[in-house]
Amino acid sequence: MKLAGLIVQRFMQLILLLIGISFIVFLSMHIAPGDPASIIGGPTASKADIEAIQENLGLNKPILVQYWDYLKGVFSGDLGFSYQTKQSVTEALTERFPNTLNLAIASIIVAVVIGVAAGIISALKHNSLFDALSTMIALGGISIPNFWLGAVLILIFAVNLQWLPVGGLTDPFWTIEGIKQLILPALTLGTGSAAMIARMSRSAMLEVIRADYVRTARAKGVREKSVIMLHCLRNAMIPVITVIGLNFGFLLGGTIITEQVFAINGVGRLMIESIAARDFPMVQGAVLLVATLFVLVNLIVDIVYAFIDPRISYE
Amino acid sequence: MIESILSVNNMVTAFKTSDGLLPAVRGASFSVKKGETLCIVGESGCGKSITALSIMGLLPSNGKVTEGSVMFENKDLLTLKKEDMRSLRGNEISMIFQEPMTALNPVFTVGYQIREPLMIHHRLSKREAHQKGIELLKRVGIPSPASRMNQYPHELSGGMRQRVMIAIALSCNPKLLVADEPTTALDVTIQAQIIDLLNDLKRDFEMSLIMITHDMGVVAEIADRVIVMYAGEIIENGTVSEIFNSPQHPYTRGLLSSVPNVDDPDFHLNPIAGSLPLLNEKISGCRFHPRCPHAMEKCKAVSPVTFEATPTHSARCWLMEDEEVRQHGGQRAGTL
Repeated sequence: MKLAGLIVQRFMQLILLLIGISFIVFLSMHIAPGDPASIIGGPTASKADIEAIQENLGLNKPILVQYWDYLKGVFSGDLGFSYQTKQSVTEALTERFPNTLNLAIASIIVAVVIGVAAGIISALKHNSLFDALSTMIALGGISIPNFWLGAVLILIFAVNLQWLPVGGLTDPFWTIEGIKQLILPALTLGTGSAAMIARMSRSAMLEVIRADYVRTARAKGVREKSVIMLHCLRNAMIPVITVIGLNFGFLLGGTIITEQVFAINGVGRLMIESIAARDFPMVQGAVLLVATLFVLVNLIVDIVYAFIDPRISYE
Repeated sequence: MIESILSVNNMVTAFKTSDGLLPAVRGASFSVKKGETLCIVGESGCGKSITALSIMGLLPSNGKVTEGSVMFENKDLLTLKKEDMRSLRGNEISMIFQEPMTALNPVFTVGYQIREPLMIHHRLSKREAHQKGIELLKRVGIPSPASRMNQYPHELSGGMRQRVMIAIALSCNPKLLVADEPTTALDVTIQAQIIDLLNDLKRDFEMSLIMITHDMGVVAEIADRVIVMYAGEIIENGTVSEIFNSPQHPYTRGLLSSVPNVDDPDFHLNPIAGSLPLLNEKISGCRFHPRCPHAMEKCKAVSPVTFEATPTHSARCWLMEDEEVRQHGGQRAGTL
């Protein structure tokens, strides 16, 4: 297995991808109505003031020149400065990213634990009441919008029962408080993924338990627990790993609504605020970060693959 | 007389389907003696694999043995507790399957899969099981066995995989090996090697062998005794020479004349017309009569009883009644 080759190849792809993504984001931000200069200047600014601000930010140059300048900056590690706060984009992202990462990891843990367990039990008790219920709940989980689920969870567990805080993510995740703060947002964000993982686990498991090699394992006298947990699960997990990886990628970039609902200072919330303020450099930086993470997560999935399935080799 | 190691008595196996309960094996009775090779032959779908899986307790979840008994060394396998049956499987009774390409788990090494039964049944340590595994691979004719232990199934050819399967099945010195068409998926040259290997191993391990096949060539090569199945029923049972030299049932004769004979220039293939009835097809009388060239009125009405041609040779066919009447003056040896 030539892992190094795979990693180098993926990094080349990543660079091309990031150039493409940055171009599209750059373009769409500039085409979209709303001018950052007039937002910075405020409603009372004169035309001359706004032109001065544009001049200052370089917004009066041709768009391709602006993009070229930006790209040069990115490759030298400079994502620019926020129009709003004048803070360095890199700094703002490093400040906010840990919250998003915590939330995404907590959500994927919730999703994997619930999803894989429900999927396996459904497959083992195929066509039972549990199977029917979990399939129905999974369908619900995929269909229910985040903002609604978040609001309902807050209402039940934070407002009525007062077991968990309404929002915020201020304490570190290794403290009790931090965990309490993570539970509701992680459930909100992880439900959709849990549903997808459950469906995938169920169908993968159903296929595997009918496989010839599972019959062989039984013919060898392997204990039923090992038949399921070793012989079936390891094979069934191969397609599930892809879904988990994809979902983790989505979770990292998809925290926007959940962060908003639970007032968590993460990259998602930063993105929304920056879009509203037409803070081009901040939006571009955040999108590039999310895209990079998505590609990296997929790379990790490919590497994990090779460990689970010996038939895959990167040569 | 040598004692039987396995005796199947009037076993009925049925499958729950949307069309109701469908019997796939209809009252099979036979026995296997110590050191004997019994071949079960018949067309695809006649119930021979289901017979094997019923004995092993490995039927798919919608299948169930509804009647009869399967006695293995004075234990009825059908009433054994699940855990007791599990500790028997792979230990005293082993099975190998038709498709070596899919019968091994793709994500575990050959070594893992061969160590598993040794560690479960003989409680060997991993190191001991590994040593034993290497010996077993060597015994089934796998070159450089030590390095094969670390390989995955996809790195081996079909013939090699079947050898690995055999090594796994024999790892705990079983008394009975059930082989479900172990050569069907292999090249002809490899088939012959595997048959030879099974013959050798049977002798060395002093085990009994149930070989399921539809290949009469394999039967001639390996069988001591043969049972012929048709549409879920055993229609003929005899020693290999009896079956080949004086087949009684028209179906058995049909099977034999479906095999090309290159030594005989006048030989014409004479295949059996028609095809196997569906499991849920209602057929009155003998289940073979719609395809039988000798069918009489009686065959359509009454299911035939078992007639004995010799003490070791029996068949279910009304044609034998006439012969018996001629030979024994009306005394019927058949039983219902």
